[in-house]
Amino acid sequence: MAAPVSGGGRLCRLAWRRRAGALHSGAQPAALGREPGKVAAAQSGVAPWRAVVGLEVHAQISSNSKIFSGSQVQFTAPPNSLVSFFDASLPGTLPVLNRRCVEAAVMTGLALSCSINKKSLFDRKHYFYADLPAGYQITQQRLPIAVNGNLSYTLCVGAKQSQMVTKNVRIKQIQLEQDSGKSLHNDARSQTFIDLNRAGVGLMEVVMEPDMCCGEEAAAAVRELQLILQTLGSSQAIMAEGQLRVDANVSVHHPGESYGVRTEVKNINSLRFLARAVDYEIQRQIEELENGGTILNETRAFDYKLGCTIPMRDKEGKQDYRFMPEPNLPPLILYDAKSLPANIDDQQVVNIDWIQERLPDLPSVKRVRLVEQYGILPEHSFTLLNEDGLMELFEDVVRETQMNPKKVIGWVISELLGHLKQYDLTVKESPVNSLSLADLLNLLERGVISSSAAKQVLEELWKGEGKTPLQIVKEKRLELIQNQRELDQICQAVMEGHQEEVMEIKAGNKKVLNKLIGLVQRATQRRADPILVKQILEKKLSQ
Amino acid sequence: MLRAALREVSTALKEGQVSPTELCQRCLSLIKATKCLNAYITVTEDTALRQAEESEKRYRRGQSLGDLDGIPVAVKDNFSTTGIETTCASNMLKGYIPPYNATVVQKLLDQGAVLIGKTNLDEFAMGSGSTDGIFGPVRNPWSYSKQYREKCGQNSHLENEDSSWLITGGSSGGSAAAVSSFTCFAALGSDTGGSTRNPAAHCGVVGLKPTYGLVSRHGLIPLVNSMDVPGILTRCVDDAATVLGVLAGHDPKDSTTVQDPFNPFKLPSVIDVGKLCIGIPKEYHIPGLSSETLKVWSKAADLFENAGARVIEVSLPHTCYSIVCYHVLCAAEVASNMARFDGLEYGHRSNMDKSTESMYAATRREGFNDVVRGRILSGNYFLLKQNYEKYFIKAQKVRRLIANDFVNVFSSGVDVLLTPTTLRDAVPYVEFIKEDNRTRSAQDDIFTQAANMSAFLHNLGGVRNLCLKNIQVLLYSRQSLTSDLYKKIYVNLSKEYGFKVCIWEEASNLPTQGPIQERAEKPSLQVCTSTEHKWLQHYFLTGNAKPDQI
Repeated sequence: MAAPVSGGGRLCRLAWRRRAGALHSGAQPAALGREPGKVAAAQSGVAPWRAVVGLEVHAQISSNSKIFSGSQVQFTAPPNSLVSFFDASLPGTLPVLNRRCVEAAVMTGLALSCSINKKSLFDRKHYFYADLPAGYQITQQRLPIAVNGNLSYTLCVGAKQSQMVTKNVRIKQIQLEQDSGKSLHNDARSQTFIDLNRAGVGLMEVVMEPDMCCGEEAAAAVRELQLILQTLGSSQAIMAEGQLRVDANVSVHHPGESYGVRTEVKNINSLRFLARAVDYEIQRQIEELENGGTILNETRAFDYKLGCTIPMRDKEGKQDYRFMPEPNLPPLILYDAKSLPANIDDQQVVNIDWIQERLPDLPSVKRVRLVEQYGILPEHSFTLLNEDGLMELFEDVVRETQMNPKKVIGWVISELLGHLKQYDLTVKESPVNSLSLADLLNLLERGVISSSAAKQVLEELWKGEGKTPLQIVKEKRLELIQNQRELDQICQAVMEGHQEEVMEIKAGNKKVLNKLIGLVQRATQRRADPILVKQILEKKLSQ
Repeated sequence: MLRAALREVSTALKEGQVSPTELCQRCLSLIKATKCLNAYITVTEDTALRQAEESEKRYRRGQSLGDLDGIPVAVKDNFSTTGIETTCASNMLKGYIPPYNATVVQKLLDQGAVLIGKTNLDEFAMGSGSTDGIFGPVRNPWSYSKQYREKCGQNSHLENEDSSWLITGGSSGGSAAAVSSFTCFAALGSDTGGSTRNPAAHCGVVGLKPTYGLVSRHGLIPLVNSMDVPGILTRCVDDAATVLGVLAGHDPKDSTTVQDPFNPFKLPSVIDVGKLCIGIPKEYHIPGLSSETLKVWSKAADLFENAGARVIEVSLPHTCYSIVCYHVLCAAEVASNMARFDGLEYGHRSNMDKSTESMYAATRREGFNDVVRGRILSGNYFLLKQNYEKYFIKAQKVRRLIANDFVNVFSSGVDVLLTPTTLRDAVPYVEFIKEDNRTRSAQDDIFTQAANMSAFLHNLGGVRNLCLKNIQVLLYSRQSLTSDLYKKIYVNLSKEYGFKVCIWEEASNLPTQGPIQERAEKPSLQVCTSTEHKWLQHYFLTGNAKPDQI
């Protein structure tokens, strides 16, 4: 549960070995040890492989209108209903830069510890494609808005995923650019439909240096980036809606040798597939090389159904984009408090310092706060942030109950989140809200019900019938037996019916006591407080 | 009446001596009578008459919109006009009806001007003769003047009228011919390497290339974005100033326009040229210069000197590289700008439907002429990764040197440069077409090109030009932010020479940063929906063709 990303609890391996047997979907690389470089070679007698993974992440900027035109940005709108003359590349139209997009990029750059370029430039990148109406994309090739940043992310490792390892990936640059439209192919009629609603939507391309070495690391880094973007509000970053798109550059080499030829894997639309695609590609390259083959510098697509990467008919790789400066956009000049000219219209400038002062708490800061404020484990803080809305739910429950947050976290993560995962629900969709969970935990905390009864109540709550925990407790008669005499009698009856066990305990085998407690529970239909039962039994046994 | 200058006819309209409708009708008849000039691609008779009627109503109510109200104007057919076909004289855009007006067109209409037609040009403004468009060459009105016919009479081989007619120069030849033949009082051209000044010189009208960034390019179908400037063609200098006053100023839709407020101005009637320093660039004295042009050039210099100006020789050493540099930069931007013409959203589309790629190729082969295709091909070659440094970067460096030449000359105390506009007067069509478009452009743009090169160099200002009777006056737009932005100098030499030379300068603080617009929920630009605009169908179909796998 504490894993920051889905995809299982594998250790990130720094070294790889060819996997025995044929490649299959979701190939799992074989581990060669914690200090793989040396150990691996010693164990197997073959030089180990080292994988190098770099990422290019395209994040759609969350803005009202497109980056260079006044058309609205909206994910669900009828085809071609959000297209301005500029978006359709009508001759004579010119781009005008959207301030919001610039601010989003500056915000993101600052959050990723980038240096923000006070002057950046726009370029045209040319290629012919039906959903690129102008025949070129406006991007920032020569001088992007932000450079030289850093993203730290954490992996959970160890048998129980309880060990936290913090890693860093350098951010090479963040560039502003336009999105393309969408092509919808109708193979049956061999027609292609073009929808330009997305054409011209602002993108931030975040280029990460090849500092990662496996799919899990890549997925964890992207997950952290996603959380940061969502916290900043600079992008909604929902992968399933294409607001966050990841291309992975993968290569393998032997330690001490220069990097191998890399391939680019595209068409990845979830974090899980990112991890799988990268691992598959690493494994494929190793296998290819060990079979005496070579790796081509090519673009491959991840087929999530087959779980493998396949070469795309490669126009991209060999294409010359014929970059040139965008003549219709003057250099983008940003200011800070020092360089801001006096008497300038605030609407005409972007002030870096102003944005810096207003940055919200980043996920890493929030996690530290959670651990300090509630005394929960660091891995729990990750889980709380990774699930959208879970942190808010947790804090609401803590506020509404007398229960110790350290206990609340168990209920939230093991019970609530566990159940949500099982049924593939989001926190928002959960039939159990913070209020009913708090009610339930209060019943438990006040000793009205046992924890096993609480679980039973929770089962009922999942049905979403609108009953309160208290109603369920009443209906199912789940209250603990509060009457000491009644319990006394039941315990007495159980002891009398099980003389053998009583003798054993008296002979010193204390473990058998648990059996007696269990028998009492059965007799009371689990409505007895086990601690109280234990006390009564112990008292009676010592008499 | 039609031969009057804009200002005179404006007065006549205000005084009721003529009505806008009457004026419009007279122009329309003259257009019909001079159809052989081929100056217009589209004559917008109906809308013109409707606009004239509106203007008439305003005059009757005493609510005239200004100097341009009711004045017939023409616009080069590479400016977008709502509801009026805009072809760029190319098969590619034949039948294309823009859904919006270029900013300059809108500004004219907002002043009550009557748009009488769209004028002929070289295809996509690539040329210096107005001979290379799909609608055929424009004929210079001077071909039919008494002087020229007499001159032809002396040369027997030019006697045949059909072969002796002169070209207008280009690429704004249609606009120049329209103004020159009195079918309108002002016309818009565009100037990338001399396309306004060259035909103005050949047709004997005033051609003004404003400083880059002073007038909006929004809606001008681009040739070279970093050099294109909407040009103004009129019959006298005052009129050019009037039209510039209407057109100039910041446009939020064009991030490269100057952001300083622009104050329209009138030219003073007399000005002392005694304090002026006139520069004569020695590099412009080149072998191809005709004796006639040289004579006019010296005479103009003499006139200034006699009026008390200081006339000195100056040097612009890098001007000679201007044309070759232009070829690289122009081709590169052309290749990029023309990439949008793929037949999908608008314009010509080939019937070829084997694949999307083959449709693109056929569309572009059928839509563009050889000149356009040649520039696209070489432009893409210059932009290839392995060639970029060698050609594009080098050309940009040379461009800076050329611009610096102007900076150096003007900062040495020279107020004005006086040069010829073209090597010689207009030549007959039969002579002109002996050379190919590229060679012709190289010769014809030689005096005009360098000024365009000085555009778009940030914080450097730009050079503005005024051309008339084949004499070009170049002024440096000095960077200054004084309150008196637009100092005016007016030289009236009309008594002696029959033309007026106008000089003025304005601070041109080119934007180092475009407008950054924060947009409200409601988009600031018009959003088209499938029902609102015919050009935008529910989906753009790429036809019976499927792109190769992504």
